Amino acid sequence: MSTVYNLKREVEKPARLTGGHRLCAGCGAGIVVSGVLRALDKEDRAVVVNATSCLEVSTFIYPYTAYMDSYIHSAFENSAATCSGVEAAYNALKRRGKVEGTVKFITFAGDGGTYDIGLQSLSGAMERGHDMVYVCYDNEAYMNTGIQRSSSTSRFARTTTTPIGSAGQGKKQNKKDLTEILVAHHIPYVAQTAPIGNFKDLHTKSYKAIYTEGPCFLNILSPCPRGWDYPMAQLAEITKLAVDTCVWPLFEVEEGVWRMTYTPKKKLPVEDFLRPQGRFRHMFKPGNEWMIAEAQAYVDQKWESLLERTGV
Amino acid sequence: MDRTPRLVQGNQAIAAAAIYAGARFFAGYPITPSSEIAEECSKKLPKVGGMYMQMEDEIASVGAMVGAALTGSKAFTATSGPGFSLMQENIGMATIGEVPCVIINVQRSGPSTGLATKPSQSDLMQIKWGRHGDQAIIALAPASVAECFALTVKAFNLAEKFRTPVILAADEIVAHMRENFIEPLPGELEVIDRKKPSGPPAQYRPFEPSEDMVSPLAAYGSEYVFHITSSMCGPEGYSNNDPANATWKIKQLHEKIAMHRDEIVETKTFDADEAQLDILLIAFGGTTRVARAAALKLRQEGVKAGVLQLVTVWPFADLEVLKYGSKAKTVVIPEMNYSGQIADEVKRVLGPAADIRRVNKYNGEVITPQDILQVVKQSN
Repeated sequence: MSTVYNLKREVEKPARLTGGHRLCAGCGAGIVVSGVLRALDKEDRAVVVNATSCLEVSTFIYPYTAYMDSYIHSAFENSAATCSGVEAAYNALKRRGKVEGTVKFITFAGDGGTYDIGLQSLSGAMERGHDMVYVCYDNEAYMNTGIQRSSSTSRFARTTTTPIGSAGQGKKQNKKDLTEILVAHHIPYVAQTAPIGNFKDLHTKSYKAIYTEGPCFLNILSPCPRGWDYPMAQLAEITKLAVDTCVWPLFEVEEGVWRMTYTPKKKLPVEDFLRPQGRFRHMFKPGNEWMIAEAQAYVDQKWESLLERTGV
Repeated sequence: MDRTPRLVQGNQAIAAAAIYAGARFFAGYPITPSSEIAEECSKKLPKVGGMYMQMEDEIASVGAMVGAALTGSKAFTATSGPGFSLMQENIGMATIGEVPCVIINVQRSGPSTGLATKPSQSDLMQIKWGRHGDQAIIALAPASVAECFALTVKAFNLAEKFRTPVILAADEIVAHMRENFIEPLPGELEVIDRKKPSGPPAQYRPFEPSEDMVSPLAAYGSEYVFHITSSMCGPEGYSNNDPANATWKIKQLHEKIAMHRDEIVETKTFDADEAQLDILLIAFGGTTRVARAAALKLRQEGVKAGVLQLVTVWPFADLEVLKYGSKAKTVVIPEMNYSGQIADEVKRVLGPAADIRRVNKYNGEVITPQDILQVVKQSN
């Protein structure tokens, strides 16, 4: 298998997340998941583990499934633990020569199931060193239960539990830096990506994560038209803006070595990313200029530190 | 004050009632069908000087609630199904630590994710016995938007008065139901605050034995310095593994609920006052409404039918069930679970000779009056 990315070859593979699922039009999750699964070599099998999420309720609706691979949905807080069990038992059987073939173990969970309730389970699985990939599709709030804030929600964002009014102006805290927490686990591969352009970045990182032995982690931005409040046709633009404003930088950390995988030709102002989204609308009201300035300062500071780490 | 009825949802009424009862701290984690309570609290609590804290999961939610309650605040959380399962250990902690707090459990179907997020009344035994260890608990089940309000206030009152966690065992039916509702004026409903210590701080013991079995509770941050632990402890709050102490403590946790049962147990009756009844329907929560409709229909047909509503589910209304159940030829218990969790309790009270009929539905659909009538007619 050549590791040189070829879009035509990849899209000609049979889809492992099939069409017909019920994710919203303009949702990033379907593209993220099909993009990750597409990186599997055709002859390899996979077991997909899924935390409770929009993805779970939309791709696995009775009497259908969108998955061509084996699948398990356990609960909200423990998808990494469930995957640990599947991986450990399968590989024990394999070591004893009782099963043959290559099976890959891939967990998908949203930011709620990863940054918050599932963090302990994820940390445990990464530390124990299971040969698995954990994918967080990050849409920055609890979309499945009606758009409540999570620790991944960015500062100032409006959600149903960080409302805009006299007592509050969106979320007060900054987004948790989960990718760095995973880097601190010193696992073989950690990457942050997004489905932009011809999906080369998403594909290359997914392939590396799946075929690197040991625990690997992907944090993938997954815009949500309902929660972010953008016109659904603008999914690609919104994703691109997140990357080009450096709100969501694309980088990887392989065996402890940081590498930037995409540097915007021109770093756009953060308001280009904020403006098209209803969740940030209040930031553009007269008198709230300070919010945009603080959001910009935060992005700049994070970006500078990333440049330093990646040696760009 | 505007006294026009407003169309209010059960979950909204619960949030409003908590604020009415003096609750100023909510820690929670979103889960359908309880999320509106969190959303309402995030909007309304900051306006009354309260605090909404969204946690990373339900374990954290109940942990924060317990912590906040010990600073003297009235604190609560709301959840459903899987979230309620995650809360169990810390509810046990609130029980042994005698921490006043309220947990709203909007029951949905299971096991596990189950029929997310369809209604159910199948957590009753989990509410009673979900924690390890032997303990008594108080649980109330509202049957309307008005009761969502009234029983939330009552839940805080009981929690404060008896230093114990109280479960509001709502169900998805009442939580998502919208009805005309007029919010009580301040003062219209009684609001009870916990007993506070008044003696010298150096002599304060958080579990001092007292006649009513409820000792005053100081607040963290006040001049009273005190210890609370999830371990077995003595009157001074320090760990104590002495068998005599454990005997006293476990007995006290049970008896403080048992000795106040008349204040805690609330039932309502509808057409159940005649000396003899053909049919007594025993119902609770959202199913009460269906039972009342069925009873009215039976009355129209000349059957002497009445309803006993269990407003308090735990401790169980043994006396009331015996009083009304023993004068009915047939007792019918509709509940949205397979196992007949309340029917078994009724059987325990009325004995094996009683004609007890069960109407169980556990497919996510609400029991209908027809479901009840069908079972009643089979028995006649």
